[in-house]
Amino acid sequence: MSEFLAMGGYAQFVWPAFMISILVLLGVTVLTMRSYRREQAMLASLEKKNDATAPAEY
Amino acid sequence: MIAMVPFSALANPHRFMSFSDRMLPWMGWLTALLLVTGFIWGLFFAPPDYQMGESARIMFVHVPSAWLSMFAYAVLAGASLMSLIWRHNLADMAAKSAAPLGAAFTFLGLVTGALWGQPMWGTFWEWDARPTSMLVLFFIYLGYIALWETIEDQQKAARAAAILAIVGSINAVIVKFSVDWWNTLHQPASLSRLDAPAMHWSFWVPLLICALGYTMLFLTLLFVRMRTEVMRNRIRRLRMKQVGA
Repeated sequence: MSEFLAMGGYAQFVWPAFMISILVLLGVTVLTMRSYRREQAMLASLEKKNDATAPAEY
Repeated sequence: MIAMVPFSALANPHRFMSFSDRMLPWMGWLTALLLVTGFIWGLFFAPPDYQMGESARIMFVHVPSAWLSMFAYAVLAGASLMSLIWRHNLADMAAKSAAPLGAAFTFLGLVTGALWGQPMWGTFWEWDARPTSMLVLFFIYLGYIALWETIEDQQKAARAAAILAIVGSINAVIVKFSVDWWNTLHQPASLSRLDAPAMHWSFWVPLLICALGYTMLFLTLLFVRMRTEVMRNRIRRLRMKQVGA
């Protein structure tokens, strides 16, 4: 196990490369989903208001 | 006739919304499956390289990032061209959505490249053709994003950003061919000939899985971001209507 973690002496390069990749990919995913949900909620509330004041228009 | 205009403008975003709604769950699961498989394979089961030893594992995160930085740019430039020619709303949204993703992949390509450069070339950074043109690519992405942020009028922003994206494709071509045109420390393309790869299958199979995972992640997030843009448009229109009413 410790041999695996040592990465043949390249541990300080291999692990950060994987960690930062995973962090950035997760981060971009979280940010993307967060703004998606926010706009979804906003649109839902606006459409509710719109339906209350005027008939649906397509 | 007037009533027909908003309908036709919405026709394609409508189709996109229902299509992406059906596809996204599958795309999300496929992305997760590919990335988990690829990373575990790359870290645990791929053999060490006979020259680079265990440091070669960085390839499984470096090469897909670098590929996707270019793929995202191809989408950005292609969508920008369509936007300029056909003035298509959805093309603008695709381009706008691709940019932050491309910037993230370019950033990862640079950082993992530095982490690989130190043990292999003896330096984190070298003003070498490939890393330098990648840095320029990163700045073009940032400039593109900044243009959308700073120009208030959405239509003007779309045009300016599209022109920047098309002019910037000159740099993308330089990135691609930098390893062939100049003497560079960077090695040439990893998988140039799929029929006779320069790599043993125990390397290129996990690399391909990682690359497919990155590609699926890009497409999945691109769709989610485009859906977000379609919703933003609709919100803008509803607000204008409410102010006008």
